Amino acid sequence: MLKKSVALAAASLMMASVAGTTLAAGRDYISIVGSSTVYPFATTVAEQFGKTSRFKTPKIESTGSGGGMKLFCAGIGVKTPDVTNSSRRIKKSEYQKCQANGVTDIVEMKIGYDGIVVANSKKTAQLELSRKDLFLALAKDVPDPKGGEKLVANPYTTWKEVNPALPATPIEVLGPPPTSGTRDAFVELAMEGGCKQFPFIKAMKKKDKKAYKGICHTVREDGAYIEAGENDNLIVQKLEANPQALGIFGFSFLDQNSDKIQGSRVDGTNPTFEEIADGSYPVSRPLYFYVKKAHVGVIPGIAEYLAEFSNDRAWGEDGYLADKGLIPAPVEERRQFARAAKELTPLVMD
Amino acid sequence: MTRQNKSTMEMVQRGLARRHRREKIFRFLGMAAVTTSILFLLLLFGSIIANGWSAFRQAELSLEVSFDQELLDVDNLRDANYALLIKRSLREFFPQVEKRRDLRHLYKLVSSGAAFELQAMVMADPSLIGTRRLVTLPADDEVDMLLKGYIPRDVPESERRVSDQQIRWIDELVAASRLKLGWNTTFFTAGDSREPELSGIRGAVAGSLFTLLVTLLLSFPIGVAAAVYLEEFAPSNRWTDCIEVNINNLAAVPSIVFGLLGLAVFLNVLGMPRSAPLVGGLVLTLMTLPTIIIASRASLKSVPPSIREAALGIGASRMETISHHVLPLAMPGMLTGTIIGMAQALGETAPLLMIGMVAFIVDVPGGLTDPATVLPVQIYLWADSPERAFVERTSAAIMVLLTFLIMMNGTAVFLRKKFEQRW
Repeated sequence: MLKKSVALAAASLMMASVAGTTLAAGRDYISIVGSSTVYPFATTVAEQFGKTSRFKTPKIESTGSGGGMKLFCAGIGVKTPDVTNSSRRIKKSEYQKCQANGVTDIVEMKIGYDGIVVANSKKTAQLELSRKDLFLALAKDVPDPKGGEKLVANPYTTWKEVNPALPATPIEVLGPPPTSGTRDAFVELAMEGGCKQFPFIKAMKKKDKKAYKGICHTVREDGAYIEAGENDNLIVQKLEANPQALGIFGFSFLDQNSDKIQGSRVDGTNPTFEEIADGSYPVSRPLYFYVKKAHVGVIPGIAEYLAEFSNDRAWGEDGYLADKGLIPAPVEERRQFARAAKELTPLVMD
Repeated sequence: MTRQNKSTMEMVQRGLARRHRREKIFRFLGMAAVTTSILFLLLLFGSIIANGWSAFRQAELSLEVSFDQELLDVDNLRDANYALLIKRSLREFFPQVEKRRDLRHLYKLVSSGAAFELQAMVMADPSLIGTRRLVTLPADDEVDMLLKGYIPRDVPESERRVSDQQIRWIDELVAASRLKLGWNTTFFTAGDSREPELSGIRGAVAGSLFTLLVTLLLSFPIGVAAAVYLEEFAPSNRWTDCIEVNINNLAAVPSIVFGLLGLAVFLNVLGMPRSAPLVGGLVLTLMTLPTIIIASRASLKSVPPSIREAALGIGASRMETISHHVLPLAMPGMLTGTIIGMAQALGETAPLLMIGMVAFIVDVPGGLTDPATVLPVQIYLWADSPERAFVERTSAAIMVLLTFLIMMNGTAVFLRKKFEQRW
């Protein structure tokens, strides 16, 4: 027994030394990090790229948009990722951090759009919501229902109280937690969109931007909005079990489960592929990824990966990403970013 | 005297019914607790198996493919248009389909990976060129879901992902026994994929094995050495007390903390690669060490002092006493502790998140520094995928993980039963 453990110890020592030598070697695959919303699309392209090209399949970590940017902007070199996916545009502060760390040339790619849907079970009727309804139902503080320019803690408990045209069911919305990009986008597009329909709140934007954001972006915490975790499949299952509840998630989950759930109409538009694509559905956001120009040519395959992504076979109207639920960008935009991908035009932010 | 005795007996008699009742209630509560946990376990296993067993079968299409010479250039087999071979074969089977749009829907019945399978087939055996044969190819996951009954046929066409027309084609193929459910080999031979029908757990299993190998090779010798020193050699003073308290504390530290430590030390300071099983193994070593040390010390303690005294008495050195007598007797307990620690490490995801092992990795890892993921991470990633076919695959992967865990814990029980000594 002792001999065995001595042998094991020797083996582990040897292994540690082997590990030490292999670390110095470069990387022969693309390393991608970032948004969990872009993840299903990026992985599809990566897999296709790995199969059709002579390069290895890129490795994709789902770290969230913010986490991805942090890793991406940490510097240049094989230890840092080559690409980061993002469900929002790069922030100025992140851009500056990148610049400060030597990541000077960043190529920006907009890959398409993602609709955020508010859905419920097919067992109940489809809801006809407006962004104002969503704001009134989900914000922490809302304008006093009795009138005036005063804010009160959200008093609404049923949809009917929010808008007499809606059913008298309790407000119960399952949605993502604050760490999620989907939540950020929902708050920004749906709630803020409804929030600024109140003239006195809109007027605040110029005077006190912080207070304005505080009102429009704060979700109520009294149990009407239920943080259901990052797993959208779970929300879909819960909606089936509880037909009164509404759920907030990405369009691709609605697309895959259209026999069980239906998307509510928002401001008179349906969350369908067509209406999100033509821009009439208001709660949709662009998706991006960012590439380190300095790594192109150093890590094999980056230029080819860009070419695969920016091909109409992938992100076009009939491309394989549309099958996965990505809403393609308009032709003009696609052409512009495909050119940027080819010429590696760096992003300039002042 | 007798009076007093009688009154004591009376007192005992009086209280006896109550005491018996109490005992009954206590036993009943205990049994109820055991039954409840067994019921929950059965519920868990039941739901996982009910959800997952169908993933071991997979819809396959048998198509008659003619490997045309004009399409397949022997010198450039890689870039030939294999998808066209499949399209031609489908058109042969459904000659009435002519419109471009309908054809596209028809082609969608076959998995997008089918062309790559043909490619691999022809490249492995170029003598196929010019022949015509029946080839089994994976069907699309929507077809698979329909055949398994997960896509309802009775809802309006717009509410399901398979159109009425496609259902007609599928039924026709089934009637001609060209489309059927077969054993899902891909699930065990492929790495991860975004197409459910092409995804498998081999990459995750290989990653788990590499990670656990590193963990075992490091944590077992270090853990046993630490335990032997602390138990047999170390003087008992404030320092060793302090070490003991710290080891017990470490055993209770949440595993994500070890992940953060791994990120700071192994990745940032030592510059090891992200997502590598080597780093995962190191982090899990940190996590399992306290478990192994504590179990090993307990089993060293249970070796009776008479054994040590006898060995020392006939002139053995302390080193010889330990290596010839104490260690072999304590080994079963140490191995049990190690296996339980390994089983714990096998199910861990939180510390791996920080070091980049929660990632989409298609290629099956071939070494300790290749990017890899592990079984529980694969389960997490599939559970989060929108495609419905991943639901059953999630459960199937859980079944595989549970099998490994049961095997490991079974080995621990077996070792204990076989080598355990009673004094």
